[in-house]
Amino acid sequence: MDPLSTLWETFFDADAMREALPEMLTVGLPNTLLLAASAALLGTVFGLLLAVAGISRSRWLRWPARVYTDVFRGLPAAATILLIGVGLAPLGMRVWGPDPYPLGVLALSLIAAAYIGEIFRSGIQSVEAAQLEGARALGFSWADAMRLVIIPQGIRRVLPAWVNQLIALIKDSSLVYFLGLVASQRELFRIGQDYAATTGNESALLLAGLFYLALTVPLTHVVNWIDRRLRNGRPATAPADDEDDDLALAGAPEGDRR
Amino acid sequence: MTTTATTTSVSLQARDVHLAFGPNRVLRGVDLSVQRGGTACVIGPSGSGKSTLLRTLNRLIEPDRGDVLLDGRSVLRDDPDALRQRVGLVFQQFNLFPHMSVLRNVTLALRRLRKLGEDEAVAVARDQLELVGLAGKADARPAQLSGGQQQRVAIARALALRPEVMLFDEATSALDPELVKGVLGVMTDLSSAGMTMVVVTHEMGFARHVADTVAFMDRGVVLEAGPPERIFEGAEHPRLRRFLAQVL
Repeated sequence: MDPLSTLWETFFDADAMREALPEMLTVGLPNTLLLAASAALLGTVFGLLLAVAGISRSRWLRWPARVYTDVFRGLPAAATILLIGVGLAPLGMRVWGPDPYPLGVLALSLIAAAYIGEIFRSGIQSVEAAQLEGARALGFSWADAMRLVIIPQGIRRVLPAWVNQLIALIKDSSLVYFLGLVASQRELFRIGQDYAATTGNESALLLAGLFYLALTVPLTHVVNWIDRRLRNGRPATAPADDEDDDLALAGAPEGDRR
Repeated sequence: MTTTATTTSVSLQARDVHLAFGPNRVLRGVDLSVQRGGTACVIGPSGSGKSTLLRTLNRLIEPDRGDVLLDGRSVLRDDPDALRQRVGLVFQQFNLFPHMSVLRNVTLALRRLRKLGEDEAVAVARDQLELVGLAGKADARPAQLSGGQQQRVAIARALALRPEVMLFDEATSALDPELVKGVLGVMTDLSSAGMTMVVVTHEMGFARHVADTVAFMDRGVVLEAGPPERIFEGAEHPRLRRFLAQVL
């Protein structure tokens, strides 16, 4: 066999892919989606709390949020997953038994929260102070004004960055394989890697890669779509005159303005 | 046409209001009095403390010293959030919520603060929008409206809470000249309907024809106040005369 076709066979062996496909579909894909989705949910909720703590007027909320964010953004994801997955295993043992899966979700969530918290904080802080003043002038408390007026606007502005974070999360979910999952818990990467290791052929791993792309590439288009909508959704130009004006302008001062 | 059923407007007094931002003494003992149903216009050069004064009247900014009274009763010990539902404020830049429809801008406080049901809040909001001539724009986003329309929505939003006093902070200064008239018309109607109003404005025509009292502010104090005829025809203070010479 010539070297080129050997190379081709190493990555694109149809039989090897066909062999791995059923397990990828029934085990790997559901696990990857479950890991990413639950970590996205927890990470978003915790990230929102971090963002609110980060802009709080109390330093006792601001500082812990700052330190947390610096630590979890600063550590390599692999290190965090190992530290939490292994370090908290004795604790997990007592609560739900020897299963490392929940700790994997926890580690992914804590990492995502640090990034999502920063994304939300920057969005919330980009909302003009006049919006807060407008809400307070109607009688809303600071907390209600934040909840109803400021935070919804801030988050809307950073939705593209948030979706980018979900993409990162799907990819990072491959790292939980460190924790030693049982066969039924393996996600896409682990299944591909296992087939590759036993056959010496990388095609199954490449198939796993195609699955990741099938998840992440559409999401990048979602980012672009949201981005476009945010920019074009609101017409930049307003009607020039009050053509709908059916006001009786009784007593409107006129001609006296110079 | 009446813009609102204002049966409950109250008198308003500011007494010796002081406020400093650091070393910058913005208000240096302001006195202002508006009778029930009256309209006071506050005029003066920029930086004289007019907008800051308005914000101390509804306690968006707490005064350092002095008192604010509604119907003769000090409001400085009241819950400021409750006070702001009684004292509406309209801003130069409208400050509508861009992520909500016009209708939701008006119903938000009715629903969340007044605890009205959805149907009732919508009915109140639609009535209020009708009165400012924007019933047809209920489902639009603020950005789809002209500045004048946005300002009228902001007025409707404040009026929906049935305030006892309305404050206007240069409500027409950000508008193109052809849109000013519509907003001033709404304000004029409101004044004739008996709303107690404090209007910070550069519209001297409005001050002359609508105000009961015109107060001239300069460097953090009211230098001269009185009925519009006296302020515009018989100004005593040289600084007021100089100001009028520049703006008229």
